[in-house]
Amino acid sequence: MNSRVAHRYDDQLFRGMGVTATVSCLAILIIFIGFILYQGMDRLSWEFMTSLPSRFAERSGIYTAWAGTLWVMVCTTLISFPVGVGAGIYLEEYGKKGRLSTLLEINIANLAGVPSIIYGLLGLEVFVRFMKMGSSILAGALTLSLLILPIIIVATREAVRAVPKTIKEASFALGASKWQTIWNQTLPASFGGILTGVILAISRAVGETAPLIVIGALAYVPFAPSGPLDEFTVLPIQIFNWVSRPQHEFVINAAAAIIVLLLITFVLNGVAVYLRYRWQQKLKW
Amino acid sequence: MQTKILDKEVRSDATKNPVDMNYKLRAQHVDAFYGDFQALKDISLDIKANSVTAFIGPSGCGKSTFLRLLNRMNDYIDGFRMEGAILLDDEDIYDPSVKVEELRKAVGMVFQKPNPFPKSIFENVAYGLKIQGIRDKAFIEERVVESLKQATLFDEVKDDLNKPALALSGGQQQRLCIARVLAVKPSVLLMDEPTSALDPISTDKIEDLIYTLKNNYTIAIVTHNMQQASRISDYTAFMYMGRLIEYDKTKKIFTNPGKDQTQNYITGRFG
Repeated sequence: MNSRVAHRYDDQLFRGMGVTATVSCLAILIIFIGFILYQGMDRLSWEFMTSLPSRFAERSGIYTAWAGTLWVMVCTTLISFPVGVGAGIYLEEYGKKGRLSTLLEINIANLAGVPSIIYGLLGLEVFVRFMKMGSSILAGALTLSLLILPIIIVATREAVRAVPKTIKEASFALGASKWQTIWNQTLPASFGGILTGVILAISRAVGETAPLIVIGALAYVPFAPSGPLDEFTVLPIQIFNWVSRPQHEFVINAAAAIIVLLLITFVLNGVAVYLRYRWQQKLKW
Repeated sequence: MQTKILDKEVRSDATKNPVDMNYKLRAQHVDAFYGDFQALKDISLDIKANSVTAFIGPSGCGKSTFLRLLNRMNDYIDGFRMEGAILLDDEDIYDPSVKVEELRKAVGMVFQKPNPFPKSIFENVAYGLKIQGIRDKAFIEERVVESLKQATLFDEVKDDLNKPALALSGGQQQRLCIARVLAVKPSVLLMDEPTSALDPISTDKIEDLIYTLKNNYTIAIVTHNMQQASRISDYTAFMYMGRLIEYDKTKKIFTNPGKDQTQNYITGRFG
């Protein structure tokens, strides 16, 4: 057989497989979103957003759920941002490169792959029981922070590493201390990358259900939380709860809540993409 | 160029000091190591104040390593260590009591590739002052203008000091980097191949600048360009494989070097 013809077939075969894979992924996504929109769009209303949960599907709303999600999101950001970025900068700029740092690096990367329910169990034992926080927003936010810290640390390290050495040297050579160099040069130059990583990590945290169920976030909370020590529920748990009800009306509620949750994660991802784009425009070496 | 076989009498010893007095910097038996690799071997030389001293030699001979020792830029390199002493105005700069930030204010450095900060022209020059905690706006502005003038860049940028530094041409960027160093009022300027990334006209301007700056500064410059060394420097040190082979007045090195190795290098027979 002519080998050139064989190569051409190979090429076409691979191309066909690639196209099929791409199209089927997109198709599944479009079908899924379309189905959700079809089911839930009509249910979406101002009333749905502002109503408390109820045992009657048509009176139920997601006020407590999205308020809880917002609380958890903000608290998680406040905890994980400084800790994660600080750890990332330390490991990249201060930590001595050696066997220990390599070991640490591998472990942090591994932590990013640990199933989220394991973090839930850790949170239950440490925050809820040992530190007696109860099933509070704080306990939930701490648990989710543990979950996303590895992602933030890795993203920070990569962003910091991408800052040209020549810029840091220039700063040192002018008499700047290490901290001044990090604060005035390294951080501004890497902030776009850091922020992108943080936002993507937060949007993952927003969608998490399992660890929060484990630490005892309730499905039914009659009031929106007013402080970090209140009990709470979040959108994914509300959705999970409604989906598992036998009545069809609740499933429609779930679809409407999914639309809201998707919107939040899409917006977060959009912001991340935008920030990355803007920082890339601003900084050219 | 014809090789001249030198008479025994004309040969000078590498350790003989061509500088009579008024030392700014003195290196005494300096060894430097990257891990197991010894980059500098027993370097001793004195650099005269208000003069230009050029370091020449093939790639990897240790000239950049030596230059970076003078403002302790090697400190951050993992596995780097040095032995011996380097004195600035008769004080050991590697003494534990020396604050490295203070040293670097006194010993400024210009790098091979122009490396302005991704900020405005003004902010670049003001950076060294601002990190010292100086907040006086009038003072900073005055110093920025003065430094830009010293670096012969002011006339080209005076209309818009808020323009991003990265919008300048390569040669302008390098003069900006020099202005940035001058703003912190160092007494020594280290230049690590400052024109190797520049076109001939920009190179000319920098060389003119070096010539005027030497009245007020002690300048040590590493260069790959032999013509440049002969044009701008008063003293020239030739290094090879981590050793100082010959150190003398530039005129002497380029017309009547004491060692065959120097002769071979400057005539382009190796390196």
